[in-house]
Amino acid sequence: QLSFFRLTIKRLFSTSHSSVDPKEIKKFQLLAHKWWDEEGEYSALHSMNDIRVPFIRDTLLNMSSNYHLGNPLSGVKILDVGCGGGLLSEPLGRLGASVTGIDPLEDNIRTADRHKSFDPVLAKRIQYKSSSLEEMVEECMETFDVIVASEVVEHVADLEMFIKCCFQVLKPGGSLFITTINKTQLSYVLGIVVAEKIIGIVPEGTHEWEKFVPPEELERLLESNGFSVKTVNGMLYNPLSGSWSWMESTSINYAMHAVKSGAQGQSNPTGAVSEMESEQPPATAGTTM
Amino acid sequence: TSAVMAVVCGRKLQAALGGRLRAGPWAPLRSVAAAAPLYDVVVSGGGMVGSAMAAVLGHDIHFHDKKIALLEAGPRKEYDRMPSSYSNRVSSISPGSATLLSSFGAWDHVCSLRLKPFRRMQVWDACSEAMIVFEKDDLDDMGYIVENDVIMSALTKQLDAVADRVEVFYRSRAVGYTWPLPSHSCDTSPWVQIELADGRRLQTRLLIGADGHNSVVRKEAEINNIEHRYDQSAVVATLHLSEATDNNVAWQRFLPTGPIALLPLSDTASSLVWSTSHEHALELLAVDEESFVDSINSAFWSNVNHSDFIDTAGAVFRSAISLLKPSGTAVRQLPPSVAKVDPESRAMFPLGMGHATEYVQHRVALIGDAAHRVHPLAGQGVNLGFGDIACLAHHLSAAAFNGSDLGSLKHLLKFETERQRHNVSLIAAIDVLKRLYSTRLAPLVLLRTWGLQATNALPPVKVRI
Repeated sequence: QLSFFRLTIKRLFSTSHSSVDPKEIKKFQLLAHKWWDEEGEYSALHSMNDIRVPFIRDTLLNMSSNYHLGNPLSGVKILDVGCGGGLLSEPLGRLGASVTGIDPLEDNIRTADRHKSFDPVLAKRIQYKSSSLEEMVEECMETFDVIVASEVVEHVADLEMFIKCCFQVLKPGGSLFITTINKTQLSYVLGIVVAEKIIGIVPEGTHEWEKFVPPEELERLLESNGFSVKTVNGMLYNPLSGSWSWMESTSINYAMHAVKSGAQGQSNPTGAVSEMESEQPPATAGTTM
Repeated sequence: TSAVMAVVCGRKLQAALGGRLRAGPWAPLRSVAAAAPLYDVVVSGGGMVGSAMAAVLGHDIHFHDKKIALLEAGPRKEYDRMPSSYSNRVSSISPGSATLLSSFGAWDHVCSLRLKPFRRMQVWDACSEAMIVFEKDDLDDMGYIVENDVIMSALTKQLDAVADRVEVFYRSRAVGYTWPLPSHSCDTSPWVQIELADGRRLQTRLLIGADGHNSVVRKEAEINNIEHRYDQSAVVATLHLSEATDNNVAWQRFLPTGPIALLPLSDTASSLVWSTSHEHALELLAVDEESFVDSINSAFWSNVNHSDFIDTAGAVFRSAISLLKPSGTAVRQLPPSVAKVDPESRAMFPLGMGHATEYVQHRVALIGDAAHRVHPLAGQGVNLGFGDIACLAHHLSAAAFNGSDLGSLKHLLKFETERQRHNVSLIAAIDVLKRLYSTRLAPLVLLRTWGLQATNALPPVKVRI
């Protein structure tokens, strides 16, 4: 298993506290078939589609002058990094995009493939691969119009490496959409203590507060690696209604849109350390009341 | 009322049972189902409501690349030329319904064929002098009387205009439905399977049941229906008035046996809708035309049901109101008298009420009479159906633009909540009115007399109606 080999390498060479624990992988493997139960463990991710899909769709429509409202993302090539069971890939595919979904966990890819197989429209528009982002870099330089990394960067070991890979795989002028969790006292209390330990809407151990990314940090990394940050929006989850909404404050969850500038990219990252950009499947994000 | 209670209890029970699981036949193996063509939406039932639903979706920009099918058991009717005589089946179309029909170009066709706008509605009691008049302050039309055939002609034209998106299957009756599991396993098809009488099969992401008050979709989905057959039938006919008049008033008088209504069709013709006991209805159909016309005139003009007691009580109340609110009593107009009935235009059909406890399930939605059936006394039947269409189309359009699975309960439940909230109180009120006006008992007559007079005097209440 290539992924398992990578995991071992990571633990040998990484100095940062690794969130890749074989026990955790096993935990997520148990949940690999629960992706499509809309009322189950991943219900918050299902309802997140109600704001993240319109966000992606409208941002792209605003940047384009040639589209049809019946097939708004037709002709757009999207890479969904850390796609899990395909929760976000499918709506993007229905809107007309050609989607490539990647995830390090093979069971997730299997679930995603199975779910799309009944739908002739989706089966054509979406391709899933069990892969890491670095593996994509070698074959797919400047291939994609859009990269979507939703609920992923809080699980990544080396964020700068991840961003550099995104840069290489995106076409010049392409868009990068990220949704993730801020690193604040509030996100610790609500996102971990309440969500995981008290209410239990996120499986315990899903998140590590140390790996949460403040928007200022993410913006700095993006800007210094050839991206121009266009939008930052706070997101809010209401556990009573099970729905997401936008909010001014980015103190818990937030979404970011950045565009790859037409300028030259950074030099290729090489080295013995092969990083896991997505050690775990995206789990339900932090919540708030 | 029991209708409201049952709806509330029904939903709670379903929630307690953990969702809407059916005991019907499960979806077939993938391999078997693979051959049948897959549609995004299939509408079962090609009446006014089903056809309009398919047309609205077909004209929706977010459905541009979607495949829609409409199943109709009857043959395709050609409406190239309207006959000079009026059809005896007409509907009262509210301004809201007219707006819906114009949103996809059907209303223009209706206007170019024929329709009769009315400005005023006068409703009064046979047992007293109580009367209520509805009219809009601005000189707008209150509503339109349109023959059902005219509406169908307009809908067929607009369906033809989007034939690349909407496939209409005539002479196609669905005989079996197979339902998918909500969170499907890898071996069963996630789509609804439909089997037609001729053996053809279809699959769909969303099935919309618009197949009338005896809905097969509703029965097969095992959705409970609260229904009640009234001890009344409606007699319809096309009438000719004694003299030409503006004829822009809709008349309805509540007789103890049931309401009789005269709906304007033109300056010289009106449509009759007379709800009465089954025996009386049969009698009316059997007698000769002259006696029939006499019964109608007598029903509108005779005061035989008045009692002195009620008349006095009513008069007292009326003077009380005029003290408090001088403008609160309107001028009583006299309905036109009828001279002739169109031969062959007399017909009758039984009446009932019905309400489905759920309007939606996973990949299924009910609209129109399949979801709710009312007494014609309020002229609301088809308008409720058009209201369902406007609401469901709005939610489906948004879902399509969000890339959602069209059959997902999430947005279907929003449609159900919105419409049940709107429909249940209206359906209950119509049922109550029907029962209240079916009696000669003095206390109830007094109650409704005063109630009607009070309602007539109170603008806010009248506007809501």
